[in-house]
Amino acid sequence: MIKDYIILAFRNLKRRGLRSYLTLLGIFIGIAVVVALIGLGDGLRMAVNSQFGVSTTQVLTVQAGGLSGYGLPGTGVVNSLTKDDVTAIEKISGVEIAIPRNIETVKVEFNKKLIVGYAASLPKGEDREAIYETLDLTIQYGQNLKDSDTFMVVLGNDFSQKEKSGFDKAVKVGDKLIIQGKEFRVAGMMEKKGSFILDRVILMDEDELRSITTNDENVDIIAVKVRNKDDIEKVKSDIENLLRERRNVKKGEEDFQVSTPQAMLTTVNQVLLGVQIFIVIIALISIIVGAIGIVNTMTTSVLERKKEIGIMKAIGARNSDIFLQFLIEAGLLGLLGGFLGIIFGSLISYLGVNGINSFIGSTIRPKIDFMLIGFSLLGSFLVGAVSGLTPAMRAARLRPVEVLRQ
Amino acid sequence: MNPGLIELKEVAKYYHMGESIVKAVDGMNIKVHDGDFVAIMGSSGSGKSTAMNLVGSLDLATKGDIYLDGINIETLDESDLAQIRGKKIGFIFQQFNLIPNLTAKENVMLPMMFQGVSADDRSSRAEKLLKLVELSDRMDHYPGQLSGGEQQRVAIARALANDPDVILADEPTGNLDTKTGEKVMAFLEDFNKKGKTIIMVTHDPKLAHEHAKIIYQIKDGKVERKLKKVNKKWKPFR
Repeated sequence: MIKDYIILAFRNLKRRGLRSYLTLLGIFIGIAVVVALIGLGDGLRMAVNSQFGVSTTQVLTVQAGGLSGYGLPGTGVVNSLTKDDVTAIEKISGVEIAIPRNIETVKVEFNKKLIVGYAASLPKGEDREAIYETLDLTIQYGQNLKDSDTFMVVLGNDFSQKEKSGFDKAVKVGDKLIIQGKEFRVAGMMEKKGSFILDRVILMDEDELRSITTNDENVDIIAVKVRNKDDIEKVKSDIENLLRERRNVKKGEEDFQVSTPQAMLTTVNQVLLGVQIFIVIIALISIIVGAIGIVNTMTTSVLERKKEIGIMKAIGARNSDIFLQFLIEAGLLGLLGGFLGIIFGSLISYLGVNGINSFIGSTIRPKIDFMLIGFSLLGSFLVGAVSGLTPAMRAARLRPVEVLRQ
Repeated sequence: MNPGLIELKEVAKYYHMGESIVKAVDGMNIKVHDGDFVAIMGSSGSGKSTAMNLVGSLDLATKGDIYLDGINIETLDESDLAQIRGKKIGFIFQQFNLIPNLTAKENVMLPMMFQGVSADDRSSRAEKLLKLVELSDRMDHYPGQLSGGEQQRVAIARALANDPDVILADEPTGNLDTKTGEKVMAFLEDFNKKGKTIIMVTHDPKLAHEHAKIIYQIKDGKVERKLKKVNKKWKPFR
């Protein structure tokens, strides 16, 4: 019985042709925006998260001067962190290790081309392993730096690609680079991380980095690994207290920053969420406009088909038959809009995520969320059906004799 | 006394037209028995269309009682009435009144759908009925692709869909040329011979006299004369 109504409803929608399509435009746009946005938002969030190159939640980052928007972290700071700070932090209970790291801008020459890159220091011994672990670095070609290696580097994945290396030529394991006038050999190259920081980094021994740059005892970043990740907030405030004392600053006037990766992500995600909520509100408005469109079309349709309704009633249709007929028709209008919206929205989100990938070199895969699709379909059917409620009731209440007389 | 299949007892139907009241039907008595071929005849404005709506229980009376198969339709709710009407009465309209976006076959299937007949049974019965009205080759055509005579034959097949006791035909030949009209009338006479009750509403005395067995002549919302054909002669009866 319901099947018959659905077939009939499809016929009627088809008969109205363009008008049906125009009617479902509002629902279509609304659903498309929601689907595209959720897909894109998730993709964007994943992309942003991967930019931080964080795989562990046990690492805190300490740097002087607060979060700088420009330049490399910890550079251009008047009151730098020192090795003594590192030793002091390491004594805080709950801290497993504190690793000083330097990040320097360096001139790199290869294939007779000179570029400006940045080099990050690797500590020696166990600390080195800890860095590999916290950054989740995996070697794709060659091998990691060993303590015994001299004047060797490990490169980010971008250098292994001709187009992205900046040298018009891919760098291979064993190649020689001139960094700050000194010759270095490539020991290994990392797997692609999808992060512009990690994919372009040049990793080298901390002493060698210090020797080729002007840096003396300054430390740009201190990576602090906590023993237990549940203690991360406590350790964070302990470090803050310690540094306040050491640097003689009051609370609220800190010239340094202790950040958890989570905190950074949370900030970014909050901004993203704000944008998403805003666009979802716009999408909802579009759906409401779409619903009004369905009410309008169905009301017109009832008026146009008064005679048809009369005939159906004369040949035995009950009020509920007519009501169902119009309700299903309205629901199908919504459903169709939703269906097309999902297809279009998914396409946008797919293209958008690919765009993000090619723009920042991440490897996010567009996500197909079946829950989202299911709810969108159900939601758009319900919007249609609810919009069709009043017109359907009007149609059902028509008296056969009144409409047949026309 | 044998209760009629359809009976109107002192029925009146008034319409409000602004301030004034139009008495379209006022004190009408009609009784239709099983197997009758009744013509309700009258000129336009006589109240015969209103009478047809009342006889077909498409409308409720302002006063008086209408019985369909012994049941006072006043006591039924609209949906029950629709169900009984769909089962008991098959309608044939002057304007054919087919649903334009359904094929001939689907139009014939529609009344059965409202009675909850299964899709397979609907399909085979529709095919059978369309064959009966000689439209086997037009089953998948839409009303717009059919001539007037063909559309009216589809309407006849549709009227027969639920195997009703009564076929109510409102000016069935009104929109047809003489030849096609005769064909339609031949079908109706044939159904009557097979036991169906036919009620035909018409303004045309010739049509009524030629085909019907009983004539109710309507004037000013009342039955003016009741005639019965006995031995090919029309005689008044009570």
